[in-house]
Amino acid sequence: MAETTLSRADAGTTPAPATRKGSTGVLREVRSSMPALAWWVICLCLAVAFLYPIWVMLSMALKDPAEQGQIPPSFFPHSPSLANFTHLASVQGLNVFGNLANSVVVTLAATVGTVLVATLAGYALARAKFWGSNLVFFVILATFMIPFQAIITPLFMVLKTLHLSNSLVGLTIVYITFNLPFGLFIMRNSFAAVPSTLEEAAQVDGCGIFSALRNILLPIVAPGLVTTALLTFFASWNEFFAALILITDQTKFTLPVTLTLVTSGDFGTVDWGALQAGVALTIVPCIVIYLLLQRYYVSGMLNGALK
Amino acid sequence: MTSIANGLTVTEPTPAADAQPRRRGMRSSRKRQLTGLAMAAPAILLIVTFFLVPLVMTFWISLHNWPLLGRHRFIGLDNYQRALVDPGFRTALKFTVVYTLVITPILFVLGLGMAFLVRRKVRSAGIFQSIYFMPVCIGLAAGSFLWLYLGQSQIGPLFDLLRRAGLVEPEGNLFAGKWTGLLLVIAMVTWKVVGLQMLLLLSGLQSIPDDVVEAARIDGAGRWQLFSHITVPLLRPTLALVLVFSVAGSLLAFDQFFIMTRGGPSNSTITAVYAIYRTSFISFKLGYGAALSVFLMVILAAVSAVQMLLLRNTDHG
Repeated sequence: MAETTLSRADAGTTPAPATRKGSTGVLREVRSSMPALAWWVICLCLAVAFLYPIWVMLSMALKDPAEQGQIPPSFFPHSPSLANFTHLASVQGLNVFGNLANSVVVTLAATVGTVLVATLAGYALARAKFWGSNLVFFVILATFMIPFQAIITPLFMVLKTLHLSNSLVGLTIVYITFNLPFGLFIMRNSFAAVPSTLEEAAQVDGCGIFSALRNILLPIVAPGLVTTALLTFFASWNEFFAALILITDQTKFTLPVTLTLVTSGDFGTVDWGALQAGVALTIVPCIVIYLLLQRYYVSGMLNGALK
Repeated sequence: MTSIANGLTVTEPTPAADAQPRRRGMRSSRKRQLTGLAMAAPAILLIVTFFLVPLVMTFWISLHNWPLLGRHRFIGLDNYQRALVDPGFRTALKFTVVYTLVITPILFVLGLGMAFLVRRKVRSAGIFQSIYFMPVCIGLAAGSFLWLYLGQSQIGPLFDLLRRAGLVEPEGNLFAGKWTGLLLVIAMVTWKVVGLQMLLLLSGLQSIPDDVVEAARIDGAGRWQLFSHITVPLLRPTLALVLVFSVAGSLLAFDQFFIMTRGGPSNSTITAVYAIYRTSFISFKLGYGAALSVFLMVILAAVSAVQMLLLRNTDHG
């Protein structure tokens, strides 16, 4: 990227001396290449600003214990080590890897669950309409308007009544419910966009609802499925508020909530290196998935927002 | 054609050669409806149990004195009356509003500027878009822990940069001051969120037809006229959306203040949701917490409605 910048900037400025039009000509040439140059400078500065925190996180996570307390902080790890990551197994008496496993299990279960429930209901609301199905869709969409933070207290009580409080199963169900309106919206629209003749043809050929759904419709609505899965994945993996309130047992905490315990040591005794290692465990999977499936994620964000 | 077909089915006294498939058709349509209901049932069950029931309960609980343990007692609207004069909740509301008023224009202007910047149809612009949007996939909590270290006194790299620039004292603590702590939170949220605003505004900009812009340019519109008379009016629906997003998000702020400032110094950065959290889950006054939640819901609904109305009305004005 830096190379292209240079060549671009060069291309803009080199013709100026070559033409030898006198000082006004050179000035004009320089001035006309200014916008392109300015564009590159501004864009690159912004890129540095956006990437800087991520660099700091990786750098700190990989510093060895002697280097991580230096004042002023060093720019990159001079003797990279994984000590911070191994320390996560015992920091503040926690095993953060156990909490990482909780996060993985809850997130995957919530993602699979949301996709499953949203696909079934999305198909029903688009294709197998029943009495009241429009009302159901309307009510589910209306839940978009209500912030879940406002109903967290009674939700806690409902979970307690069902013996699902302080349990990862309960948290998974809550995540499925919160992500359902969005997923349902995407899946219903995906199914509605498929021409109905396609399914009718399958039925003439003797396909039942479920085999038509599985063999003919699912491949067509696959982009919607991926978008639903991605949005649920990111939302569940990163969720903090509900996890903080609904889970009270340290060994059942998810990763983001666990990190609050890492920072809750007395001032001066916080293990900042281990904290950044934990932050890296939280952030790196998100970035990798984002880079791999960017197209679906971006289109999902736009679709969901622009309704 | 239709009349003949109708006549045929209605005047069908003779054998069931035709009636058979029709009855099967009706039965299969009913069967299809039942299948549909069965397929939607898990979604309905989840939404009712874990969303609608808690929603109704919020109102019900808010009319009670409801401790975590022990008996609850019906007290009518007392909780609401108390909330109106509660200095703690008032301060929290005021702070939330200030935070929203400060961060919304920042996100908006930066997002719009960045959208104009990366609008070019060249590959490099696409790469810059991807970079600016990247922090959007990072969680607010994870971002807060990262920036907590960045701004930490002496050992934090961002603190070090600010110290070199002469903006902070070598021994200073950014989280000890209300405004410096708030500024750090705002910087973190901007870093994490502005990419989404950029993307939404960019898709709005791209939906403006080129020939409209071209026509205005031929008519002699300058750059500023083009912006104020063509771009802004045509961008209005997107602008409304972006505003609602950032206002609703800021009014519900919690993670960043819980993690980065812990509500301090001396409770000056407690937000509305933070106050509700402390009432319900630290002091265990569930009834009072529910009343505060109802207030929050009403405020949020009102703000969204007003914003939508304002931006929709001026559309025709």
